[in-house]
Amino acid sequence: MFDEKDMILEARHVTRRFPASNHRTLVACNDINLKLYKGKTLGLVGESGCGKSTFMRFLASLDTPTEGEIFFHGQDMTKMKGETLRQNRQKIQMVFQDPSASFNPKMKIRDIICEPLMNFGRIKKREKDAVARKYLKLVDLPGDFADRYPHNMSGGQRQRVAIARAIVLEPEIVVMDEATCALDVSVQKTIIELVVKLQKEKNIAIGFIAHDLGLIQSFAHQIAVMYLGNIVEVLPAEELNICARHPYTKALMGAIFDIHMDFSKKIASIESEAPSPLDVPAGCPFQDRCGHCEEICKRERPSLTELEPGHQVACHIFGKKGGKS
Amino acid sequence: MLKIKDVTISYHDRPTVKDFNLSLGQGKICSIVGESGSGKTTVIRAVLGLLAGSGQVTKGDILFGGKSLLSNTKEQWRKLRGTDISMIFQDSGAMINPTRTIGKQFVEYIRTHKNIQKREAWDMGVKMLERMRLPNGDNIMKSYPFQLSGGMRQRVGIAMAMTFQPKLLLADEPTSALDVTTQAQIVRQMMELREEYQTSIVVVTHNLGVAAYMADYILVMKNGEIVDAGDRELILHHSKSDYTRNLLDAVPSLGGVRYV
Repeated sequence: MFDEKDMILEARHVTRRFPASNHRTLVACNDINLKLYKGKTLGLVGESGCGKSTFMRFLASLDTPTEGEIFFHGQDMTKMKGETLRQNRQKIQMVFQDPSASFNPKMKIRDIICEPLMNFGRIKKREKDAVARKYLKLVDLPGDFADRYPHNMSGGQRQRVAIARAIVLEPEIVVMDEATCALDVSVQKTIIELVVKLQKEKNIAIGFIAHDLGLIQSFAHQIAVMYLGNIVEVLPAEELNICARHPYTKALMGAIFDIHMDFSKKIASIESEAPSPLDVPAGCPFQDRCGHCEEICKRERPSLTELEPGHQVACHIFGKKGGKS
Repeated sequence: MLKIKDVTISYHDRPTVKDFNLSLGQGKICSIVGESGSGKTTVIRAVLGLLAGSGQVTKGDILFGGKSLLSNTKEQWRKLRGTDISMIFQDSGAMINPTRTIGKQFVEYIRTHKNIQKREAWDMGVKMLERMRLPNGDNIMKSYPFQLSGGMRQRVGIAMAMTFQPKLLLADEPTSALDVTTQAQIVRQMMELREEYQTSIVVVTHNLGVAAYMADYILVMKNGEIVDAGDRELILHHSKSDYTRNLLDAVPSLGGVRYV
């Protein structure tokens, strides 16, 4: 369903370990393989602490993996240094969860939006006002906002400015880390519509982190579900509610409160909490919360297996052909 | 049991909530939904007499069990809060003192309201924690808030609030800070409280799904006013208010609208 020649970024065997106390290590990302395509959105879903932000930070070169490579147009980003790395940052931009915390409160919106351009010397000082107004218009804000400070705006407006700042450099990839979860649903909807519109106009690849499956499937092309540092399922977004196979994905879907759900049914949810990423069990990471746990799950860690084109699952139930579904 | 009649609440003479009406029977659950700044939290804080800063009820009356709460003295409030009416906050971790263990504070709380020995209070706390499905209550009593996960802290908050089996439980965004899986567990637990203790619950949330799942009665607020009210069926499917319909449309849903 995705054209391989549209692939712009590929993460191969990315692993990140953080040193922890008592000589232990915390594996935040374990052997992650994902691809980003031009003009497509990859949604990364999972509970807090599963390593989704850690992974997305690699893409924006805010951190480097312990092992593995990230190829951006065939070049390994993890080996980049100095000026090459700096120039490369223009291509990949990020939008953060809390826009008020990612702006300098003493800068005017004009300076905030134009700062990336100024850093790379792409515009002159006297062009700033025109550029700021152009991009404010692009995110459906009045041009006069250029003279405001971040605190004079609502949360939704601030997030629009954050998006404007991310796209001024005309990046190929924008990473959004829970960019809408601090907003009201009605505002969230307008932001998502804006993101989709900009994506179509500029053909940007988006990496979107969220914990709301309902939200992510409304505008992503591909969804990756992460659990304790491992990708457990990758599937096309439009097939999410029919084709999801992994018990964890199903559990996440079952736990959603939906206004169209059957209210007479009790809400199903896994009872326990995720184990600490410091002591991930050997074998399948999901074993102690899974209803289908078998002998093999405790011994062997399942690897991602392709069920259909574009749909991969890491679960022993589907490991062998003809397994029960 | 709880009756809020034409209440107007103002901060600095500016009305934040206007003409709010609510009547809640025993064992009923009511949810208040609305966007941020619509005054949902102000309403339930007023019920507990905990309005921040200069907030004041300027009009109307709040009755609990037939008695007006507005003329309560400090002493009367002390007797009521934590026993007959309890509250769960968005982040129970922020309610608990970070430098003291859960147990110390739990015991202090129980002994404020009930004249018993420390040992008994401790056991009572452990029992409550275990009833909220926190395994190994003794251990949790001995730990500091930062040692627990968000979901566990929220359960501690609920355990504390339910210790004296209050008649009315006020919950201010009890699940907004939690993951979906934990959210489902907490919601289920709150529903069980009603079955077990016949507690009436007022839950404030911006998650319409949670509101619809829990509530017998839903209130939609906007700019301090009730724009829509009714049972689940009415609000979700037959609402006359454009605002409610727009709000419902904005909720992302599995298998719902796709933008791409």
